[in-house]
Amino acid sequence: MAEDSANSLWYEFKKGLWQDIPPFRLVLGTCPTLAVTNSIKNGIAMGLATLFVLICSNVAISALRKYVAVQVRIALYVVIIALFVTLADMFLAAMFPPISKALGPYVPLIVVNCIILGRAEAFAQKNAVVPSLMDALGIGLGFTMSLASMGFVRELLGFGTLLNFRVLGDWFEPWIVMILPAGAFVVFGSFIALVNWISHRKAAGSSSM
Amino acid sequence: MKDFTKMFLNLTVVGSVSGVLLAGAYHYADPLIQANRERELKESIFVVLPEAKDYKIIEKTVDKQKLVVYEGLGVDGKPVGIAFKADGGGFQGNISIMVGLNLDYLRLKGIKVLEQVETPGLGNRISEPKFEDQFKGLEFTPRVEYVKNKKPDRPNQIQAITGATISSDAVVKNINNYLAKVLKEFPKEEILGAASKEDGHRTMTSTEAAAQKKH
Repeated sequence: MAEDSANSLWYEFKKGLWQDIPPFRLVLGTCPTLAVTNSIKNGIAMGLATLFVLICSNVAISALRKYVAVQVRIALYVVIIALFVTLADMFLAAMFPPISKALGPYVPLIVVNCIILGRAEAFAQKNAVVPSLMDALGIGLGFTMSLASMGFVRELLGFGTLLNFRVLGDWFEPWIVMILPAGAFVVFGSFIALVNWISHRKAAGSSSM
Repeated sequence: MKDFTKMFLNLTVVGSVSGVLLAGAYHYADPLIQANRERELKESIFVVLPEAKDYKIIEKTVDKQKLVVYEGLGVDGKPVGIAFKADGGGFQGNISIMVGLNLDYLRLKGIKVLEQVETPGLGNRISEPKFEDQFKGLEFTPRVEYVKNKKPDRPNQIQAITGATISSDAVVKNINNYLAKVLKEFPKEEILGAASKEDGHRTMTSTEAAAQKKH
């Protein structure tokens, strides 16, 4: 029994990293995915802010799930999510002003990130606190990874740098389109295709065995 | 009825608890956020007025609009220049610039672009030193002008960025707009006179302002 629950917790965590990786598989939370991934640093910062909000809201909603009146649940979730988003926003503005400036209005906009309300509806309101925490960790880390990898490609091609260190020499003419919105769509589409291609190959490989 | 009570309690309790938590967090975060803003302002003033070691805030209300200039003070407490913020529309959004004015009221000391959302790779080059440095020692009578695709041949001209004329134009326009206001409302005699004797205007150094805030 103990083994079972450890396995299922591991599953709740793991699913967010590949099987249900939010932007590429569920195609949720695309607004920040497109808007703030022009550098690795911004991608990671946005991912971590979302991770924080997701963990807090999942835990709070799961802990309150027995007391919630179903008719007003969405309103409640939005208030709870807004609380943690505002905390995250204030924390960034107080401690990391440059990051807060770079992310601009996208931190307050975490409130309307469908991933968070989606996890509350689909998972936290039906499950106990610990599985909800694992679910939030997995989905949040998956989201952070996705944003960081988008940022990696766009920063490398758009500026020729990685984490502000110049990695491509002077011969490299930066592809400015990569840091513009158009580049975000191109990279986003390519990532979705790549993720699909890999899992198709995996599926084909396991079925032929 | 039972449902109603439950809904009512739900929203009230969650709403109030969130409110209290936020108020508490704000209490701690707000002074830090203010301090960050102030430090940012101070740093940008010191960039456009390199000799300044402290600054004095001078405010005036013109047509119900607040006009603020920062008088940079040197090591000996004497004024070294005037700094002011010039805001205005650019190609995609607001451009905010800190402008340093020489005390002779003939030349700029330098500018620093504080905020801009211009096109990366084109318009956003207004915040590169290569563009900003053109304003060091630039004359502004009758006004600041820009030329395209050639070296400026007059002391009040800068060269616009190729492919970003609108952004370059916006910077020049903002500076001219605010420069005109500042020159009109804060004439040279007044600024230099205020340094020797305190007159009716509200003037204070940044340290005084900080001390006042604590009360």
